[in-house]
Amino acid sequence: MTTSVNPADIYSLARHYRFQWEEAQQCYVLLFPEGMIKLNGGAGEVIKRVDGSKTVSDIVAELQQAFPDAPDIESDILAMLQLALEKAWLEKRN
Amino acid sequence: MTTIGNNGVAASKTNTQPLWLLAEVTYRCPLHCAFCYNPTDYDKHTQNELTTEQWIQALRDARKMGALQLGISGGEPLLRDDIEDIVREARQLGYYSNLITSGVGLTEKRIQEFKEGGLDHIQLSMHDITEEINNFITNTKTFELKKKVAAMIKGHGYPMVLNVVIHRYNIGHIKEILEMAEALGADYVELANTQYYGWSLINRSQLMPTKEQIDHAEMITNEFRQKVGNKMKIFFVVPDYFSDRPKKCMNGWGEVFMIVTANGDVLPCHSARVLPGMAFPNVREHGLEWAWKESPAFNKYRGDDWMKEPCRSCPEKEKDLGGCRCQAFLLSGDAESADPVCTLSPNHHLIEKAIEDAKNPQLQAQPIVFRNDKNSRRIAAGEAPELVKEFHALP
Ligand code: SF4
Ligand code: SF4
Repeated sequence: MTTSVNPADIYSLARHYRFQWEEAQQCYVLLFPEGMIKLNGGAGEVIKRVDGSKTVSDIVAELQQAFPDAPDIESDILAMLQLALEKAWLEKRN
Repeated sequence: MTTIGNNGVAASKTNTQPLWLLAEVTYRCPLHCAFCYNPTDYDKHTQNELTTEQWIQALRDARKMGALQLGISGGEPLLRDDIEDIVREARQLGYYSNLITSGVGLTEKRIQEFKEGGLDHIQLSMHDITEEINNFITNTKTFELKKKVAAMIKGHGYPMVLNVVIHRYNIGHIKEILEMAEALGADYVELANTQYYGWSLINRSQLMPTKEQIDHAEMITNEFRQKVGNKMKIFFVVPDYFSDRPKKCMNGWGEVFMIVTANGDVLPCHSARVLPGMAFPNVREHGLEWAWKESPAFNKYRGDDWMKEPCRSCPEKEKDLGGCRCQAFLLSGDAESADPVCTLSPNHHLIEKAIEDAKNPQLQAQPIVFRNDKNSRRIAAGEAPELVKEFHALP
């Protein structure tokens, strides 16, 4: 039912979802009707960059630059976005 | 990653921040639902409601402790005229806020103000596709109004969350209810099987469907879910009486949920006040931080130190934490016993009896006791012992 994530795809957060930094928990969270997700460090960095204009490859490039010591993060990022898409946290914009 | 939700995976055990704050801002309500889980003696808490300032202070304090999700409920919260102020403050503080309403009192003007103030979503209760059942079970003429309100919510760009409490009178209409929800453009639908607390407990034999009806309803729900996909998320809240293990009530006592009631009592769950010998903190006397972390009431059933057998040595205890303390007490008279829903509980026969009772035509035919001020006063004054004699904790 859900398609898979491609490098040229552009995503935004699904309607009604809110993403914010939580001081008390020291992590990013996603808030939506009836629930919330605490995002671990890596996931938070990915979702933070999902803004309705960057492509998936832009996001990968940005993260590779921001975390030059992390080996092979591309597959992690794609897996994260895939999961987010399946959970309907994201909407495809293009 | 941790998913926390009414329907999600459990929170991690060490996390004792009150992530969810439920503000039961008033117990007054224009509806009189037969399945209402409000306390049967709610009437005595309608006189001394917290002020706007006290609510705002509570919101600030809870937010400092990490609260993120705010539910504004009741009774009918819209009977207060300061919900706009509460909503605005909630948004400024960074809450994701939800107004839980019957729809009565929602006007164009108010919804506009909620939108501007930053309310995130509105959860509307619906009851049936038929006017007859809607009006019967709520004891009010609210059918047309609810449809109008649903359209208003949608019209203002809100996600539409419909909550439908399921019982014998509407369980045969699940498919039609889901079709109605789809037609109204609902984004989320909660099919919440009645849980038996407060008013629903005293009406249990009149409300409880059969196991076959529930299985059938769940099957229809699954089929519908396949059909609509992510467009409309459907939650089917399983009725615990028909499972062999209890629910992990409130995700654990004092783990993630904190409730502040109309009169300022701070509770770990909606019905905790039925428990004997408990002194719950009140925001008029104590800060929320003390209430959550230090108060004897919040620590009493936190974790599993309080357990006795069979829970104490049960390999599954992490999973359900022994179930619901209120249910254990209401049914068995012992708050520290295993939730009678559990087949390992020595009190499980009480659940079996309740299920049998609900098949008894004589009990089924008893008049429903609707939630209203008069009945509440009667019950609190001990004038209706026949209604409550089977259950502990009610006067
Ligand atoms: S369940 Fe019905 S009577 Fe009870 S608070 Fe909700 S709308 Fe009011
Ligand atoms: S015995 Fe207690 S802990 Fe074990 S499954 Fe039953 S209720 Fe849960």
